[in-house]
Amino acid sequence: MAKKQDSASVDTTIDAKVPAGPLAEKWSNYKAHQKLVNPANKRRLDVIVVGTGLAGASAAASLAELGFNVLNFCIQDSPRRAHSIAAQGGINAAKNYKNDGDSVYRLFYDTIKGGDYRAREANVYRLAEVSNNIIDQCVAQGVPFAREYGGLLDNRSFGGAQVSRTFYAKGQTGQQLLLGAYSALSRQVGKGAVKLYSRYEMLDVVIIEGRARGIIARNLTTGKIERFFAHAVVVGTGGYGNAFFLSTNAMTSNGSAAVQMYKKGAYFANPAYAQIHPTCIPVHGDFQSKLTLMSESLRNDGRIWVPKRKEDAEAIRAGKLKATDLKEEDRDYYLERRYPAFGNLVPRDVASRAAKERCDAGFGVGNTGLAVYLDFSDSINRLGEDVIRARYGNLFQMYEKIVDENPYKTPMMIYPAIHYVMGGIWVDYELQTSVKGLFCIGEANFSDHGANRLGASALMQGLADGYFVLPYTIQNYLADQIQVPRLSVDLPEFAEAEKAVNEKIEKILKIQGNKSVDTIHRELGLVMWDFVGMARNKAGLEEALTKIKNIRKEFWTNVFVPGVNADTNIELEKALRLADFIEIGELMARDALMREESCGGHFREEYQTPDGEALRNDEEFSFASCWKFNGEGEDPILLKEPLEYEFIKRQQRNYKA
Amino acid sequence: MEKTINITLKIWRQAGPKAKGEFVTYKLDNVSTDSSFLEMLDVLNEKLISERKEPIVFDHDCREGICGMCSLFINGHPHGLDAGTTTCQLHMRRFKDGETITIEPWRSKAFPVLKDLRVDRNAFDKIIQAGGYVSVNTGGVPDGNAIPISKIAADEAMDAASCIGCGACAATCKNGSAMLFVAAKVSQLALLPQGRVEAAARAKAMVAKMDELGFGNCTNTGACEAECPKNVSISHIARLNREFLSAKFKD
Repeated sequence: MAKKQDSASVDTTIDAKVPAGPLAEKWSNYKAHQKLVNPANKRRLDVIVVGTGLAGASAAASLAELGFNVLNFCIQDSPRRAHSIAAQGGINAAKNYKNDGDSVYRLFYDTIKGGDYRAREANVYRLAEVSNNIIDQCVAQGVPFAREYGGLLDNRSFGGAQVSRTFYAKGQTGQQLLLGAYSALSRQVGKGAVKLYSRYEMLDVVIIEGRARGIIARNLTTGKIERFFAHAVVVGTGGYGNAFFLSTNAMTSNGSAAVQMYKKGAYFANPAYAQIHPTCIPVHGDFQSKLTLMSESLRNDGRIWVPKRKEDAEAIRAGKLKATDLKEEDRDYYLERRYPAFGNLVPRDVASRAAKERCDAGFGVGNTGLAVYLDFSDSINRLGEDVIRARYGNLFQMYEKIVDENPYKTPMMIYPAIHYVMGGIWVDYELQTSVKGLFCIGEANFSDHGANRLGASALMQGLADGYFVLPYTIQNYLADQIQVPRLSVDLPEFAEAEKAVNEKIEKILKIQGNKSVDTIHRELGLVMWDFVGMARNKAGLEEALTKIKNIRKEFWTNVFVPGVNADTNIELEKALRLADFIEIGELMARDALMREESCGGHFREEYQTPDGEALRNDEEFSFASCWKFNGEGEDPILLKEPLEYEFIKRQQRNYKA
Repeated sequence: MEKTINITLKIWRQAGPKAKGEFVTYKLDNVSTDSSFLEMLDVLNEKLISERKEPIVFDHDCREGICGMCSLFINGHPHGLDAGTTTCQLHMRRFKDGETITIEPWRSKAFPVLKDLRVDRNAFDKIIQAGGYVSVNTGGVPDGNAIPISKIAADEAMDAASCIGCGACAATCKNGSAMLFVAAKVSQLALLPQGRVEAAARAKAMVAKMDELGFGNCTNTGACEAECPKNVSISHIARLNREFLSAKFKD
């Protein structure tokens, strides 16, 4: 149990266990000196991997290849459906195949800068280092990356970089990379080295003598609550963007595993860092269940604009004028105007805020005025419709199905939406949480993106963690565990954890109130979007905290969940996730309120430069905020991991020149 | 401007794998034509919940047409009548005011119903586990540009690889065959030098597993291609047959 402490009296800083030595040698040195597990001992060690996305599947496959006995849990009916599959645009690597000046250092530098100097240097450098291995690995698996006529791999550009380093497979890169990892995983399942549990959801982590030793999971088909032991537990369950109800995440994407880890002692780091993606299809109705992303790669060939004159914007909103009626000189290509050096390829946070600024100022288009244009007419004139179709055909088709407009003829309408969270469970250099034997990988951890993630870097990080980092670092932990026998799941710690889960479920089922889970979730989503979204301020965040408290009360007294536990029960699943989204929502607001500066995706209106850019405060806030659970109903304790920049100099981010 | 329609739904409901199922009729008014098919079902479920009834169970996740989770027979067609469209990408503007829409789960012996409209598609995972991969471990692989691959082969492999594993092909086939699904993977990997090495063994292993799991034989009716939400071509089945026969000849 976490001890209750008075937060005012604690001033603890956290050690990330970053290896000593020059930046470029840290990872090599670590690998050269870490402890390993010999082959005969590996098969006596069990590892649970929760999640089968890029991070989870690649970790489960790689660990099984090494000889560990792996149990892999999947919330969908098949590992191939994890939400990594929906990533469209591409994956970064420092191959420099284009001879355009790329290098490991430049990818590292761009990632640190893109993250607004709020990421850990050593982790990011390692990420850039292993990025090239990922491309090689995926090619060897048969991932059909786009190629040039000469037979070599093709690249495209993404935001926040001045080189072309993004590898892609049409607009379905995430799908192809995930299917590559899934095939590697399937091979191990076929061999019996991985036991796969699909349609299972983790509901708690079991701690024995201070170490993670297993999980409690619910079989989503039968409702049975089951216990699983392992020598170590790895969680790769993705991000918590669905706290906003409307996001580009899949419907089952949730933050519950993160909350369970947090309540068992793992720190929750930088919860406020959420990424609002600039190019999503705008909201169009109350019935809407989710938002759809249009890949950032579209900004390679699309130009973003709004009308220059307010009258024109008003006429468009009223349906009296069409986008194509406006002459070139009547259009404001505001990103090209404000950021001449990067133009339409500024990082996501910058592009999102710029869209909000124009719409708030009355220049937005669409029925609601909450949309801007993404226009391909120049590119189509220059390259021809066929080239644009070959590059983005599936995206254009998706847009047309949803909006019922042909984007080859009329500009797309886009607006920012919640897409990704940089925050997550705190991990050290070894990807281990503050609980021994509990590891966290992929989007679920907080590690590499700082306050803002660059496009095409999520796939890179997920696969880096799963293929090339965790399979090493976890051995440094497991080497000490070879004497530990397989423990019985009849131990009291397992029984207690299962009892707590059952009690929570019974409590929810007994409420029998008057509001559906989705009704309450929508209420939470609105609060999050209005007060904890693209622009935040002190008063709004304080109001959000009050509102979220009320929503929590409403949930625990007035939710209605039909059916029973011992059956497929989709409302119960959603209710359990919503209970945790409420906790996350509160943590996000709390973290955003604490962080009195603007950085990356976290924009506090009080802290901006005269021309409206994010204004960091490196003196006071150059740390990762790590929230430690302090008991139900108690305020969490803030711990800090200081971020020291040993190898690069911090600057005000500049994408203008 | 938002338009709405009133519809009647005939939906298959089944309490569990062994329970007897039946069609239940629901009326739903004021459905926005801008909503997706699944959002329409969300609205129906919210209505059922407000009547304190159990909602209809159906599979869905990404709602962007890529995860392959959604799986409904709509008016006799998997993923509905629109070509090249998953259920989640189907919109209510494709239906008429006053229309009766019939919704069933996938119909295939190899995909048993779990509850209502949800089926068990583990058989597809088992086929992939039998050989739908290149046998490489993590690490120790050559540089990504070490082996040039013609753009034509890479593009064709990508077309095959766009299969989302939803099961519409097997569900619509009168023989219940999974040939298009198997062919898409065999073809993708056979087209690339990395997968070429194991092409024969892969084709044999995957076909054997498909047969073992109770999928039927292919008689080239072409229904799978017509209904595939990702327009995977049956030319991949021809390639699978070629791989399979040449492997068998060598035995």
